[in-house]
Amino acid sequence: MSEFVLQIDGKEVTAREGMTIVEAAKSAGIRIPTLCHHDQLEPYGACRICTVEAEANGRNQLVAACVYPAEKGMVVQTKTEKLAKIRKVLVEQMMAHAPDAPQLLELAEEYGADRDRFDKDPSFCILCGLCVRYCNEVKKKNAIGYIDRGPRREISFIPDVAGKECWDCKECFPLCPTSALQAAYVLTEALATPPEEAAQEAGCACSCSCSGSCG
Amino acid sequence: MPRINSPAELEEFRRSILSKRSDDRPCITLCSGSACHATGSEKVAGAIVAELENHGLTGQVDFRRTGCHGFCEQGPIVVIYPEGICYLKVKPEDICEIVSHTFKEKKLVERLLYVDPTNGEKSSFEHDIPFYKNQQRLILGLNRKIDPKSLEDFLAVGGYKALTKALFEMSPEEVIGEVKAAKLRGRGGAGFPSGMKWEFARKAPGDQKYVVVNCDEGDPGAYMDRSLMEGNPFTVLEGLMIGAYAIGATEGYIYVRQEYPLAVDNLSVAMKEAERRGLLGKNIMGSGFDFTVKVHRGAGAFICGEETSLLASLEGKPGEPKSRPPFPANKGLWGKPTNINNVETWANIPVIINEGAEFFSSVGTESSKGTKIFSLVGKVNNTGLVEVPMGIPLRDIIYKIGGGVPKGKKFKAVQTGGPSGGCIPEAYLDVKVDFDELMKMGAMMGSGGMIVMDEDTCLVDIARYFLEFLSDESCGKCVPCREGIRQMLKVMTDITQGKGKEGDIELLENMAMATQGAALCALGKTAPNPVLSTLKYFREEYEAHIKEKRCPALSCKELIAFHIDPEKCKGCGSCLRKCPANAIEGGKKTIHVIDQEKCTKCGTCIEACPAAFQAIGKLSGVPVPAPVPQEKRALA
Ligand SMILES: Cc1cc2nc3c(=O)[nH]c(=O)nc-3n(C[C@H](O)[C@H](O)[C@H](O)COP(=O)(O)O)c2cc1C
Ligand code: SF4
Ligand code: SF4
Ligand code: SF4
Ligand code: FES
Ligand code: FES
Repeated sequence: MSEFVLQIDGKEVTAREGMTIVEAAKSAGIRIPTLCHHDQLEPYGACRICTVEAEANGRNQLVAACVYPAEKGMVVQTKTEKLAKIRKVLVEQMMAHAPDAPQLLELAEEYGADRDRFDKDPSFCILCGLCVRYCNEVKKKNAIGYIDRGPRREISFIPDVAGKECWDCKECFPLCPTSALQAAYVLTEALATPPEEAAQEAGCACSCSCSGSCG
Repeated sequence: MPRINSPAELEEFRRSILSKRSDDRPCITLCSGSACHATGSEKVAGAIVAELENHGLTGQVDFRRTGCHGFCEQGPIVVIYPEGICYLKVKPEDICEIVSHTFKEKKLVERLLYVDPTNGEKSSFEHDIPFYKNQQRLILGLNRKIDPKSLEDFLAVGGYKALTKALFEMSPEEVIGEVKAAKLRGRGGAGFPSGMKWEFARKAPGDQKYVVVNCDEGDPGAYMDRSLMEGNPFTVLEGLMIGAYAIGATEGYIYVRQEYPLAVDNLSVAMKEAERRGLLGKNIMGSGFDFTVKVHRGAGAFICGEETSLLASLEGKPGEPKSRPPFPANKGLWGKPTNINNVETWANIPVIINEGAEFFSSVGTESSKGTKIFSLVGKVNNTGLVEVPMGIPLRDIIYKIGGGVPKGKKFKAVQTGGPSGGCIPEAYLDVKVDFDELMKMGAMMGSGGMIVMDEDTCLVDIARYFLEFLSDESCGKCVPCREGIRQMLKVMTDITQGKGKEGDIELLENMAMATQGAALCALGKTAPNPVLSTLKYFREEYEAHIKEKRCPALSCKELIAFHIDPEKCKGCGSCLRKCPANAIEGGKKTIHVIDQEKCTKCGTCIEACPAAFQAIGKLSGVPVPAPVPQEKRALA
């Protein structure tokens, strides 16, 4: 595979054909914030927190570093004033749904985001799609998907499949950047078990499946 | 003649069709496009057949059912040839008179002619009507001459000449060269140079390539693509085949919006006809070029018009955008190089090949060549589809073609570019309409939506309305679009309801910046435009809503009150009788009073109050004067 050089935050970085900007940056020890990105999954580009400024072929563009391919000679800036402003707003908008998500709290700290800037709409899901994609791409069970669009978009377990598959899996829970709350809630709803039982189930399953599946 | 096997056979077939036709033969044409269909053209057609029969004219007078003429609000439209006499809003009961008067006695049916609302002048002929007179119909013009289902009609107006020329006289590279030289830019919204896009797809490695027609047309109120597809499917097919040949594709897809059944019907008939004659399928006209095409019904979502979503939807997946690169030209449908263009873009191709790049690029401006079809709607006298050369001043479209704003109201703004376009105020009406100029104004060409607004329109509310549309239509995948539009919409709704706060404008600007910058696809990236463009030109209206709780256009319901002026009320009771909310108190010869608690702000009373009194008005930003005490309401 051919190698080429690009510039990230003023640093010369050697990348291989097919690498995204996030991957190229990582290889050079440069951290670009991500939320919906996962090394095991196909790039998705939903949270946009990884947005960077990239200059290629004479055009300066804002691109999502987790999906955008690194290109030869590209000049990337990952920490500009404009990016900080954008990331602050995005974090604030996500915090309207998940005010206590640890990753969001960390980002809020970094970008000076105000978790109460927008009216609360606690769904505890930022629709990063990690659970959905993990189930589809890694487990290949398609037990969980999206329903509806725009602001009404939600994740949803397909009861038939979930009834068979999820009970002993729940590997998606620990992936959730908002502490697994939403996936657990939606799954229990789908399985229509009594709420107390479900909460217990979800809580314990999360930790055991972690140790079970991380190998 | 069954199958056409060579250009010579095509020309022979064309000659035999033309030999049976003549320009001075009397012909009655009836628009049978979707809009005229809805206003009753089916029944009119029945009446025409019957009346021609009754008057013994069957066989002497041709009858042709055509596609949309663009002046849909005046439909059903009947045009009589060879003169070109144009009758509007024709009803079945008018046909007897049309046939007997116009054909037999050569007299006009005056009441069916166009009357200019601005000066009362009548136009007898199609080409005299101001709406048509100031257009340049390079693309749409054929619609009124042909029956969309008739290959013979299409051949009679020069159909398939461009395809023949491309296949037999030009190499694929030469075709691409011509389209590049013509400087055609895509009509679907982004205005990307078509020739360049074709070249990317041609050069992309791969044996299997695809061409796609985007006929998803989701902009509310826009219907240029429908009219083209319905009215002249052969032209779109011809353009598509030329593109396929140039790119090296043998398969095509036509993605048609769910709500366009007539377009699908006409297109399907056209495809069958072309296939039967060897103008589609294997070894077209003996050239060795094979091409097949499939029609796909859209999934019913605005976002499916975005090219990567459209391709996903064609593959049977959810219609959600993907990040580019890779671009469809390299990895499109099923991962193969794919070229996707808008209907109108494809329809321009035969013109470019027939007339040449030089002619084509002589029309328009430096950066935008050819014509553009707009859907002119809103507060304008003549509404409909207008095709104009690029570079025409906005003012000409609105005043010369559109006939200005009705009812003597003042023009306020024109919104161009569809839901994520922008509003342009009076001061900039002389701007030359092209891709770049509109962009500079903070608006855009989009697919050609053009909504005229008068002084009664609140632009803050208009921006809110478009945001609401975009919020509903966002696929919901990415945060800046899903959450950004949702939050902007909340703020905008608050402002129009009088709940706006200090700092809201800055908050909107801050969110707009993030959404514009970080959204995944163009829906999100352009979604803040309605807010930004109205903020740019009408900021003081935002401020009036926020600071004074006043709607300057007297339009936002939460900020206005209806009030009867006690000095002007004559106690006639018209308003009281009409008010659907029973909100008006009054009696014979007494001053009428609106109960503000009950009033639903429907506006019926203003219309009801006799023009001579004009006692009812709207108030905003000021307290409603206390009602005249009961005992003082009696009028002398
Ligand atoms: C939200 C959205 C909706 C779109 N809808 C349409 C549409 O209905 N028809 C269309 O031709 N292009 C539409 N486009 C533009 C297409 O993505 C694409 O640019 C176009 O089909 C390319 O054709 P052109 O180069 O001939 O313009 C849309 C784009 C976006 C972002
Ligand atoms: S439940 Fe969690 S992992 Fe799944 S989409 Fe929502 S935030 Fe992402
Ligand atoms: S910008 Fe909007 S429509 Fe486009 S991918 Fe993001 S959420 Fe979907
Ligand atoms: S605006 Fe409508 S509801 Fe109010 S007083 Fe007039 S007619 Fe009645
Ligand atoms: S991490 Fe790149 S878009 Fe979410
Ligand atoms: S449909 Fe008849 S004029 Fe448009």
